[in-house]
Amino acid sequence: MLAIRVENLSKRYRIGTAQTRFRYHDTLRDRLVEWVKAPLRGLRGPGEEYVWALREVSFDVPEGQVLGIIGRNGAGKSTLLKILSRVTEPTEGTVTVRGRVGSLLEVGTGFHPELTGRENIFLNGAILGMKRAEIERKFDEIVAFAEVEKFIDTPVKRYSSGMYLRLAFAVAAHLEPEILVVDEVLAVGDAEFQKKCLGKMSDVAQQGRTVLFVSHNMSAILRLTQEAIVLEKGRLVKRAPTAEAVDYYLSSGHSELGERRWEAEEIPAAAAPFVPLALRVRNGRGQVVDTVRSVEGATVEFEYRLEAPVQGLRVGIYLMTIRGEFVFTSFDTDDPGLFERYGTRPAGHYLSRAILPPDLLNEGRYVIGVNASSFSVRRYFMDENALSFNVDISGAPGTQWPEVRLGPIRPRLEWRIERLE
Amino acid sequence: MSSEPITVYIRPSRGLRALNLRDLWIYRELIYFLVWRDLKVRYKQTLLGASWAILQPLITMLVFDFIFGRVGKVPTEGLPYPLFSFAGLLPWGLFSTALNQGSRSLVSNQNMITKIYFPRLVLPLAAILAGLVDFAIAFLILIGLMIYYGVTPAAAFWTLPFFILLALITALGVALWLSALNVRYRDVNHALPFLTQLWLFLTPIAYSSSLISERWRLIYALNPMAGVVNGFRWALFGVGEGPGIGLWMAVFVALGLLISGLFYFRAMERMFADLI
Repeated sequence: MLAIRVENLSKRYRIGTAQTRFRYHDTLRDRLVEWVKAPLRGLRGPGEEYVWALREVSFDVPEGQVLGIIGRNGAGKSTLLKILSRVTEPTEGTVTVRGRVGSLLEVGTGFHPELTGRENIFLNGAILGMKRAEIERKFDEIVAFAEVEKFIDTPVKRYSSGMYLRLAFAVAAHLEPEILVVDEVLAVGDAEFQKKCLGKMSDVAQQGRTVLFVSHNMSAILRLTQEAIVLEKGRLVKRAPTAEAVDYYLSSGHSELGERRWEAEEIPAAAAPFVPLALRVRNGRGQVVDTVRSVEGATVEFEYRLEAPVQGLRVGIYLMTIRGEFVFTSFDTDDPGLFERYGTRPAGHYLSRAILPPDLLNEGRYVIGVNASSFSVRRYFMDENALSFNVDISGAPGTQWPEVRLGPIRPRLEWRIERLE
Repeated sequence: MSSEPITVYIRPSRGLRALNLRDLWIYRELIYFLVWRDLKVRYKQTLLGASWAILQPLITMLVFDFIFGRVGKVPTEGLPYPLFSFAGLLPWGLFSTALNQGSRSLVSNQNMITKIYFPRLVLPLAAILAGLVDFAIAFLILIGLMIYYGVTPAAAFWTLPFFILLALITALGVALWLSALNVRYRDVNHALPFLTQLWLFLTPIAYSSSLISERWRLIYALNPMAGVVNGFRWALFGVGEGPGIGLWMAVFVALGLLISGLFYFRAMERMFADLI
């Protein structure tokens, strides 16, 4: 039995609408000016003002499957989810959905800060499509799950952000839809909360309901899904068992070897004033390469522009294995001296460069994620899968034995052998 | 526990769309909760709370009484001026609140629109219905005034709900047009106060419609609110223009606004989430 059937789905956006980078509203004046300027062309110009967010995507999801959806920012994942949850209409194609679609991207939608926890549960439940009787039946369970018993009659504007998030999640999680859509919940909330989300997701999956899981976190995708689809520039390019799809995703798209550039439409509007430009891996001789030698060391450089001064900015990288396990996280202002010197970073064009020492990484493929944020103030930009590169270990310690060494690092440790007698 | 799950077909819609009132019925509880939210929130952090619903028409009435009643000496079909103007201000308050809240309802709930599916008609509908509570509160003042002036209600008192409905239909019809336009052109936000004010002067609230000369009567009657206000005075006090051609025109225009508004709204609905 199929839960979802997607056939030739396409979605076109006019440039300048919500999904693209420049978010603005028409005013009548703009329309009039446009019209006065080009009276012969009519009110609407030809096709070049449109972008395709999805192009002829087709796939089925059998009932009870947990399907992963992977793709870069701007590949069409959110558009696909929005169409599935009927927020927006497709331009072409059809979708057949069997059952109620609930989604964890709706967490807290319609919450009103002036209303109490109790009132918001009822309001939010109704917004998510629950019947009043259904909410009443699950009320105690929701409150218990959110752990807000004591504050249930307090306006939610007095809640801590953790409590707020827990309550919002609790309502959404108790919707019990036949099809659950999870979009990057791992990006919000603390570790505890994320664990709860993932726990709830696997519960749902075990009850035989259908789950669509979108994430940049490859280890979560690998852990929770058996099969995944890969979207690339609005097209479905691969459907395979998860491990294979993840490999495909990580090795594709990096066609410009050793370098990742960001196009304007890949940068979310919320990133402003931070504009990521490029991320590069250079070898010991300064060449941009896809494979570095572990004995040589390497340089990771992140080029970006600030369109306005930013206070407390830190720009950094995550290094992960291809399986999504973190190796380390490092920021350019980790050094207190540098942090002080760059307390406010003026507008301009920048390059933050990190030197990876020789004999650091083991052989294999690694993924670099980037992050630009002001601690506890705002995250401007994050791409957990910005670029991947290979590490070649010729000449590294222990290579005289042709064996696989476990672990992501391969340090050259100083060994001393003493004979005790 | 659950019966056979429903199957939903998602496909692009073309041309005029069916109104799909069935969907609206399924989501009737959401309308209720949104009305309830609006009421709770509206007065939660105000000092005077619900007395705002009384103060607004009351103070306007006092100002009108001074300017038009005492200084201007506007004819009032034999009624005390405060009673005369309040009977107009009452449905006007209902209409203007409904029109303004309804027209802004989509933009002010944009996070719901971009994240969740529900029939979008729910939003202007809920915004308009929320105005009824203020109306009911202000109605108590009218009763108080009638007792004070010793005026007994006319025999046609029972027709009042019809005129209330007419005011709501007019507000909804215009709000459907404006709320959908507002998604695309935020000019609506700027135009609304101006439109409301203009409309107020075109409605016989401070003055009597008997002042309008015969040859303009029919054009004047194209404003459904003229029909509502005249109807209120007729139903309450038995004075002025009763049901006639003017009222029929009001009903006709109001229904025209409602039906065209519904279809325009439905046609634009598919683009709300992309444009807002």
